[in-house]
Amino acid sequence: MSVTVRVPTILRTYTKGAAEVTVEGATLADVVAGLDATYPGIGARVLDDEGRLRRFVNVYVDDEDVRFADGLGTPTPAGSTVSVIPAVAGG
Amino acid sequence: MPALDATDVAPTPGRGASPRRFGSATALVCRECGATYDLSARYACEECFGPLEVAYDHPPVRRADIEAGPPSLWRYADLLPVPPDPADRPTDLAPGWTRLHRADRLAAELGMRRLWVKDDSGNPTHSFKDRVVAVALTAARTLGLSTVACASTGNLANAVAAAAARAGLRSVVLVPADLEAGKIVSTAAYGGTLVAVEGSYDDVNRLCSEVAFDRADWGFVNVTLRPFYAEGSKTVGYEVAEQLGWRLPDQVVVPVASGSLLTKVDKAWRELGSAGLVEPTPYRVFGAQATGCAPVSRAFAAGLDVVAPVRPATIAKSLAIGNPADGPYALDVARRTGGAVGDVPDEEIVEGIRLLARTEGIFAETAGGVTVAVLRRLLESGQLDPDAETVVLNTGDGLKTLDAVVDVVGPTATIRPSYESFQEVGL
Ligand SMILES: Cc1ncc(COP(=O)(O)O)c(C=O)c1O
Ligand SMILES: [Zn+2]
Repeated sequence: MSVTVRVPTILRTYTKGAAEVTVEGATLADVVAGLDATYPGIGARVLDDEGRLRRFVNVYVDDEDVRFADGLGTPTPAGSTVSVIPAVAGG
Repeated sequence: MPALDATDVAPTPGRGASPRRFGSATALVCRECGATYDLSARYACEECFGPLEVAYDHPPVRRADIEAGPPSLWRYADLLPVPPDPADRPTDLAPGWTRLHRADRLAAELGMRRLWVKDDSGNPTHSFKDRVVAVALTAARTLGLSTVACASTGNLANAVAAAAARAGLRSVVLVPADLEAGKIVSTAAYGGTLVAVEGSYDDVNRLCSEVAFDRADWGFVNVTLRPFYAEGSKTVGYEVAEQLGWRLPDQVVVPVASGSLLTKVDKAWRELGSAGLVEPTPYRVFGAQATGCAPVSRAFAAGLDVVAPVRPATIAKSLAIGNPADGPYALDVARRTGGAVGDVPDEEIVEGIRLLARTEGIFAETAGGVTVAVLRRLLESGQLDPDAETVVLNTGDGLKTLDAVVDVVGPTATIRPSYESFQEVGL
């Protein structure tokens, strides 16, 4: 269940500058856990103390905002792409 | 000089340090956790993803100095993150200093005592977006960026393409492909690069955020340059206060897409109060959305402080942001000031456009229709006080959204060019 994660600029210190990394996981929660296992500390940047997605993090699975799906429970099928993006909009 | 970029992770000594490159702005500060960063093309906190905002250390600013300034938003340059010397700013179209009209006929129709319309359709590309772009392009120039880009619901596209043309910068503008023809054509006319994306604004915005990760030499005005961009909206608030004779109104109604404008009008008035430029009298801030895209209004009604995204379906395309980044802060402002956020269906938006045009001679775009219609609703529901002095913001021009009214307004009669034919109309 290999998933590609697009890493935002502000998290690339954790991935040694890599813009894309590959992790395993059947749901978004698994993917975040997998990321944190490989790049310790990155999970706490994305999740708050209660383990929820932070208020200003937007996460997309194959370009779909996970808040329209099942949040951290959103399935991440093999070959899918997860994008983690700081919330910013207006125009 | 190498372009400053968002991939700089540690604050770089020297950069941003040269005196007054950003006026009296001192840092970028995270609104959520307070972490500080140097002034650069970054917009999200590395600790918590919170949005960054410009912080200042203002020397005292006097009314007389502002009044002696140019008839544009640059009269407030000392309150913005820009170099003080106009020669250090790009050539621009001198936006801002738009009219504040007393709206007695609209007030009478709505049973209000004292109402004003701040008419930002008077800007160079006919919306308030010229303000935010003026500040963002100045930051782009200061940071040595040669390409400016944006995701837009239409008005920002116009403003970026025009201002870039005038400043001699390259522009790359991304818009949803289904925008009003008026906004597409009037952006393309300026000759920059215009990319129509088959998706919603929120799709375009996500795409731009991803592109921005790897285009460090581009300034995305509403993504990587957002802290600077957003400060430009404060000038609406400054102008209203100055035009009222250096005082604050009791109530204001502001259209809400991302929620940035609303939060910056509030920031402007708080700044003026603490700088002693106005008496810090209480005011209430109301937000206006279309029911077909009302994520902030819904969160307000539900008493929530998080904003769940929606999929927009409304004629008010300029406000069709389903995932408003500043939504939580707009909620905070409405609640803190005793205001509210309301929404109206598309039919009422059209009525709002017609009401403002019929009573005041101001032809607003759909966003202005939303604002006037929400004003009416909030009066009916008793949330807005008809006896308190109120300002509504018209942020865009009706000529750009003719599609919204083309089916409901038209010639009173079509006749042959003869006197007899004219008489038959019975005028
Ligand atoms: C005409 C008009 N009014 C208001 C807004 C709302 O601005 P904000 O995104 O700052 O809430 C927009 C934004 O696109 C707009 O185009
Ligand atoms: Zn932070």
